[in-house]
Amino acid sequence: MEGTAALLAFGPDGWGDELASGVLVTVSLALATLPLGLGAGFAVALAKQSPERSLRMAADIYTTIFRGLPELLTLFLVFYGAQLALQHVVSLVAPGASIEINAFVAGMVALGAVFSAYASEVFLSAFRAIPPGQYEAGDALGLTRWQTMRLVILPQLIRLALPGLSNLWLILVKDTALVSVIGLSDIIRQAGIAARVTREAFLFFGIACLIYLGLAMLSSVAFAWIERRVGRTEPAR
Amino acid sequence: MSEAAIQRPPEPPRGWSRQRIAGHVLMALWIAAGIGLVVYLASAYDPDLFARFAPNYLSGLKVTLSLVGLSALLGALLSVPVAWARTAKNPLLAGPAYGFVYFFRGTPLLAQAFLIYYGMGSFRPQLEALGLWVFFRDAWYCALLAFTLNTAAYQAEILRGAVQSVPLGQWEGGAALGLPRWLILRKIVLPQALIVALRPYGNEIVLMIKGSAIVAIITVLDLMGETRRAYSRTFDFQTYLWAAVIYLAIVETLRNIIDRIERRITAHLKR
Repeated sequence: MEGTAALLAFGPDGWGDELASGVLVTVSLALATLPLGLGAGFAVALAKQSPERSLRMAADIYTTIFRGLPELLTLFLVFYGAQLALQHVVSLVAPGASIEINAFVAGMVALGAVFSAYASEVFLSAFRAIPPGQYEAGDALGLTRWQTMRLVILPQLIRLALPGLSNLWLILVKDTALVSVIGLSDIIRQAGIAARVTREAFLFFGIACLIYLGLAMLSSVAFAWIERRVGRTEPAR
Repeated sequence: MSEAAIQRPPEPPRGWSRQRIAGHVLMALWIAAGIGLVVYLASAYDPDLFARFAPNYLSGLKVTLSLVGLSALLGALLSVPVAWARTAKNPLLAGPAYGFVYFFRGTPLLAQAFLIYYGMGSFRPQLEALGLWVFFRDAWYCALLAFTLNTAAYQAEILRGAVQSVPLGQWEGGAALGLPRWLILRKIVLPQALIVALRPYGNEIVLMIKGSAIVAIITVLDLMGETRRAYSRTFDFQTYLWAAVIYLAIVETLRNIIDRIERRITAHLKR
């Protein structure tokens, strides 16, 4: 037991600080991906309910691709593919220059694409749950389309989409584990290094699992709080 | 006023609205990307490369499909007692079942696979004494175990949700007819529950096929593993593109099959 405590201590001998830095990487990657995924997902959802057929089709292709590909493969495609493409472009401008893609950015783009593909479906079903009378009421009040969206539709939309989005957030946190494969020092990678050095694989991967569980619980608490706050404006029925 | 007397204003001409331009531009980009992909794969076509790696991809595909198929089946079997324990009134049953489901749904599949494949190595002497080491030494069995436990947790929740979605009156109706509980469950509740469960089950299988790519990291040579191996030998990007095409084809086929089954079994609900 004492040995375990020493292994997990913060400091040069323990692995506590390494694991903590891994948590920081995981959390910051997930938090950095979230606005990207939400923004893109919202835009794709808008495109999906547009009266224009070609726009709807383009949006559907986007979801089909990023929902159908394994997350790991998407990550590799972005990481290696973007690297190759950029290398190509750079070599046109400055031959001989080499370029390296940041693993954090690659992870953000890949996970953001996957997140937005799922989020667009969540937003779309939330849009469909808002009766058309709400738009008409906005028109009747002389609001511009942008004002109607911001003041009338969005507050209701957030309430409707929140349960689905909280689910997606939990999936996103779990998916960040994949970036350990392209060399980012997240929880899994730090636990893996610790496991290899100390030969206590079960302990460290078990702790990694417990950290993820802790993050999930923390997220549930946070979402419950947000839901309460957003729900306060709900009219009594 | 008769129908014909209403003069409808003529349809406004379909101009080039901003949406329409954006849609056409995006579609043009997709089409260009699709053509680009085909042209690239065709121009990069190399018979030697194909002869060398196509059999590997095929065997990788087999590994992926057998891993997913087997663990989905075993997970379905395991999910029944878990779902039953989860709804039990006895907290000694419900508690552990809840913990099992929470653990496997709350942690990444990758971490679970590592925990089993690398973590079980910590208990090698004990496992060898029990004769179980042969099982945990093999990455494929470890992946199978991780996937089975993971999907059992998800499927237990699907099953529980579906059975609980059937109104209580159905149970009471069966009881009023003097049917035993088992018969009510089998003949009345389950057929209705499965309609609800079909879509989540289908999604779960799609998620498993996608998730199965991670076993490549614990050295199983599934489709993803073969792809990584081919890439590390050739540094040819088309290896990844072929994998993407294959995965997309599998997932889309599966989705279509599920849609078709759903349309069939819900035909009586359509009006």
